[in-house]
Amino acid sequence: MRAGSRHIRDKVEAGERLSDADALALYGTRDILAVGEMAQLANRRVNGDRVYFIVNRHINPTNICVNRCKFCAFSKGKGEPLAYTMTMEEILRRSEEARAQRATELHIVGGLHPDLPFDFYLMMLRSLRERFPSLHIQAFTAVEIDYFAKITGLPLREVIGQLKDAGLGSLPGGGAEIFAPEIRNRICPEKISGDRWIEVMEAVHAAGLRSNATMLYGHVETLESRVDHMRRLRELQDRTGGFQSFIPLAFHPKNTEIAKGYTTGLSDLLALAVARLYLDNFRHIKSFWIMVGPKLAQISLHFGVDDIDGTVVEEKITHAAGAQAGQEMPVAELVTMIRQAGRIPVERDTLYNVVREWPAEGPPA
Amino acid sequence: MTAWGGALARAERGAVDVAEGARLLREAPLFALGRAADAVRRRLHPDGVVTYIVDRNINYTNVCSCGCSFCAFYRGKDAPDAYVLSEEEISAKIVETIAAGGVRVLLQGGLHPDWGIGEAERLVRAVKRHPILLHGFSPPEIWHFAHQSGLTIGEVIARLRDAGLDSVPGGGAEILDDEVRRRISPRKIGWEQWAEVMREAHRQGLRTSATMMFGSVESPEAIVTHLLRVRALQAETGGFTAFIPWTFQAGNTELSRDPRFGDAAVPGFGHALGYLRVLAFSRLLLPDVPTVQVSWVTMGAKVAQIGLFFGADDFGSTMMEENVVASAGVAFRMSEEEIVATIRDAGFTPARRGGGHS
Repeated sequence: MRAGSRHIRDKVEAGERLSDADALALYGTRDILAVGEMAQLANRRVNGDRVYFIVNRHINPTNICVNRCKFCAFSKGKGEPLAYTMTMEEILRRSEEARAQRATELHIVGGLHPDLPFDFYLMMLRSLRERFPSLHIQAFTAVEIDYFAKITGLPLREVIGQLKDAGLGSLPGGGAEIFAPEIRNRICPEKISGDRWIEVMEAVHAAGLRSNATMLYGHVETLESRVDHMRRLRELQDRTGGFQSFIPLAFHPKNTEIAKGYTTGLSDLLALAVARLYLDNFRHIKSFWIMVGPKLAQISLHFGVDDIDGTVVEEKITHAAGAQAGQEMPVAELVTMIRQAGRIPVERDTLYNVVREWPAEGPPA
Repeated sequence: MTAWGGALARAERGAVDVAEGARLLREAPLFALGRAADAVRRRLHPDGVVTYIVDRNINYTNVCSCGCSFCAFYRGKDAPDAYVLSEEEISAKIVETIAAGGVRVLLQGGLHPDWGIGEAERLVRAVKRHPILLHGFSPPEIWHFAHQSGLTIGEVIARLRDAGLDSVPGGGAEILDDEVRRRISPRKIGWEQWAEVMREAHRQGLRTSATMMFGSVESPEAIVTHLLRVRALQAETGGFTAFIPWTFQAGNTELSRDPRFGDAAVPGFGHALGYLRVLAFSRLLLPDVPTVQVSWVTMGAKVAQIGLFFGADDFGSTMMEENVVASAGVAFRMSEEEIVATIRDAGFTPARRGGGHS
């Protein structure tokens, strides 16, 4: 496998950065064993045999959203039958459950609500921090941050500063989808541009907050647009170093306006393995078991992945689009799944500090 | 060649004992196993064709006197949800199957305490009134008919064949090791009886498949024993067309409540990566069996597709209905279109097959 003068494998072994053409060549191959082996090599160089997971709880405070992205089955207009907005009590009750279950993180993302004021979110953060000081709050995609700037008229830096002061610990990586405008205009014309997403994340990192990055694949994007997407993330990471993990998200077609099937096992593994190889400045590549299913998530541990997300407990967004996995994965199951893969399970907190490490068991390779 | 490559090549030649086989199954790097299996698959199927069949699974009864602890399908004769399909019901299913382009029926059922060769023959004739191939009766069923009717295995197979039976499925093999069988299926025929039925079927010109259910309480050594026994039998008869390993599905089974099962779960192979290892090792150890089939029914479409890179060259069947694994709470479904698209996506050429594995 080569793109240009040097064999990709030689570059990977030498720890050299791959070119866009290399990434495209990797996406185009069906030699999945070779790609997996290279991704495994690159992953082990950074993470050894450790595989991370987190005990967390997802909370989606509202599904009411002023945007209507065509790939999204979650968002609803105000007044539509399935539209909901949680009260502060409902959010606190879920957080209390999370604490009781030994969670270390609340993962909070939601729709762009037309009426909720910025103060609602600040109050939510303050209440959560006050009531649950041990829980790290990872919340708000770049899209929501931009929306807060829009509804308040405040500059990004000010919005992020106020959220941070109120208790925001870090940001998830959603809303990135595919940056390339020609694809973005087809799947989410109302959403902020790729440029703006990058600008928001740059401001977030500048404020001293870490975040993740995602890529939605398996819809109408081209392989070139995926590489372009990852190139922009790699460039930003070179500038800020603020990304913790990269998470490819498999498009789920049910109840959406995009007529496509589910992603295949091969496309899922390639998305993860190529990310590991190309995004050489991202330490963690995460396979979200809700998206690809627990079985493929386990296989991906040999294809460059070192993180399988967490216990989740309640997931609404992917399930609205026909996710077939459950909504909750108990710690014991995560640990077993990792040990069966011959890896070392490590419970992490949001910032990848080790909470607990299990001994390895099972076949080493 | 690496040390692993050399050891894996010896395994392919059959120059491997149970202990060494188990070590390879447990410890060989996943990608070395995958590559070795892929090389065997390429040699046997250099055109990159992956086959599948449009057929229907019909389970004529769930009444079974065997009562295996890994099975969630069987019922006692008097259970409220016990059933025996009538000839009319079976005919209706076959008419549906033919209308959907199906070419074959896979007919299997429980060991009904009142059934002997007469009932089995009637069933075969009912199916064969239709223009469709019949793949039916795993070795425990054939053994049961013989026992019930006081016939030899040879007599039962001859009568079923004369009534129209075309080929025999390789079910009931579980793990071909009597120590494992005593723990999970003590009332089922032993491994030598299973082999005896297959030997006789092959002798009478019926082709059969062979299966392996792993991921319950067996050791890696038992898996290797199973593979070596199938290998030896194939060397003797050449009658196996395909090998189909699949994983134990624990839901609703007596075995899932067995505390020993919990202990066995981590070192076992009944998970996605374990499945790929066993699939690849099966391909490697059975180079004389033409086809190795993935089990999307137990592993789902995604893992099954990845299995094509770990030695498999057949995607199984459209099933149309599946009752046994579904009783354990696993309900993957695939249409013919999905099977074809999945094979193509992996870079292989999909091809419908007839009754055999040709």
